[in-house]
Amino acid sequence: MSITAIAPEEVNVSKGVKLPIYMDNHATTRTDPRVLEEMLPYFTENFGNAASRNHEFGWVAEQAVEQARERIAKLIGATSKEVIFTSGATESDNLAIKGVAEMYREKGNHIITQATEHKAVLDTCKRLEKYGYRVTYLPVQKDGRIDLDDLKRAMDDKTILVTLMTANNEIGVLQPIREIGALCHERGVLFHTDAVQAVGKVPFNVIQDNVDLASISAHKFYGPKGVGALYVRRKNPRVQLVAQIDGGGHERGMRSGTLNVPGIVGLGKAAALASEGMVEEAKQLAGLRDRLKDKIMGELDEVYINGSWEHRLPGNLNISFAYVEGESLLMGINDIAVSSGSACTSATLEPSYVLKALGAGDDLAHSSIRFGIGRFNTEVEVDYVAERVVDTVKRLRELSPLYEMAKEGIDLTKVQWAAEPSAH
Amino acid sequence: MAYSDKVLDHYTHPRNVGSLDKNSAEVGTGLVGAPECGDVMKLQIKVNPATNVIEDAKFKTFGCGSAIASSSLATEWVKGKTVDEALTIKNTDIVKELSLPPVKIHCSVLAEDAIRAAIGDWKKKQGQPQTETATVAQQA
Repeated sequence: MSITAIAPEEVNVSKGVKLPIYMDNHATTRTDPRVLEEMLPYFTENFGNAASRNHEFGWVAEQAVEQARERIAKLIGATSKEVIFTSGATESDNLAIKGVAEMYREKGNHIITQATEHKAVLDTCKRLEKYGYRVTYLPVQKDGRIDLDDLKRAMDDKTILVTLMTANNEIGVLQPIREIGALCHERGVLFHTDAVQAVGKVPFNVIQDNVDLASISAHKFYGPKGVGALYVRRKNPRVQLVAQIDGGGHERGMRSGTLNVPGIVGLGKAAALASEGMVEEAKQLAGLRDRLKDKIMGELDEVYINGSWEHRLPGNLNISFAYVEGESLLMGINDIAVSSGSACTSATLEPSYVLKALGAGDDLAHSSIRFGIGRFNTEVEVDYVAERVVDTVKRLRELSPLYEMAKEGIDLTKVQWAAEPSAH
Repeated sequence: MAYSDKVLDHYTHPRNVGSLDKNSAEVGTGLVGAPECGDVMKLQIKVNPATNVIEDAKFKTFGCGSAIASSSLATEWVKGKTVDEALTIKNTDIVKELSLPPVKIHCSVLAEDAIRAAIGDWKKKQGQPQTETATVAQQA
């Protein structure tokens, strides 16, 4: 089976690309047509409730769910019994962190995480702080990775959980999770990782990587939205959780609620496709991503990559274009879907906290664009995007007072600006 | 978030982009905002010394589409007005003209500040007392 599914390409524009181009694959991915095809019968003919023990409709649904469980387990190096289905990774993160916190309260009340985690982890930790838990938020280094010594120093005899993501959604940076897991096991502390951006894209194995809990999301690797999973280790150690959703005891009592059978089937198929094609696809995506980077950096000066280049998802490119603001750049490439760390693009007018944690400075956060290349992007698209980005940046630099000042030799860090940034 | 047609128009065809000679006695320069905030506007006016009429205006902006549009519009509006007339331009007028959503109102405020800062700078050069003006960025 070929790795890249055939996407419907009705050529629209002169340069041979269909517009608009989607290059925001960290936000979500298109459901692979093969995934959709596998899901459909579970809406129409095989629509049974997987918990209906007494008739064929239920048995067929249950079988499909178990096959999906197997497929996910295989992708991550786990056993079927260790995979719990949820409504998505936000729920998985909540279940892992709150479930462990409640279960192991007698043992301790200290949790360790870090500054660039997804809000599903950070906000859950904030809530636990309100309930009397102590949370340490480790800083990251300039490359976006945590310092293992910081983690070692932060652990104490009350630490019950470390939660650190495998790959960051904004900058694509990969944390040293194998070493983190080993350290946690040494100290008898559970290790949860939000593996959402990594699963299906880079090698991830819960045994080799010493992981005790892992959150997975279907729609980040060509499955449907609204379904995810949580890996919960059963051996060395056996992890227990307090369920966060009650009502019927589904999923070994860990997560009640009728299973989203079509969604789960989709998640399973996405996992199967990833198991088969991940290595090849990663090479392909890295090739496209590097092509985009080289074309952009070949034509523009003062362009900075945010986060470690070496330890990074193959499809991620997060760059800052000095002296150009992100939202105005997005406006200039409005036939291309990407995202920005600029305050103007967020609902709260706050710049990206992930970029801030890198220590880059708000001005570079405001000038950043995140490109997420995925399975369905092509070389022609990459070339088109590079050209449009370069043109727009050049145009906006003509409009930019900061570029003008920099070219005059003024040190922008020494200027006393009229407006004081509002306290964050 | 969809942009109004006028914002898109100013973004795609900005009016009066560029620079005037900041050392000229007839030119007032306003530089407002801060890179950390994601908005910096430079607005310059050239004032006829006999009539106090703003004969030319130029702008450069680091900021979102609404910020660019607000400052572009500001240069259009001040041209042909006397300095005192230009001081009556309110950010709410800009909001109305460009149909700015609430989250972008601050862009219009910055444009109004830029006009005042440019006028303030020009007045300072003429040795005139300054009226309500925004503070202007100082170069170290």
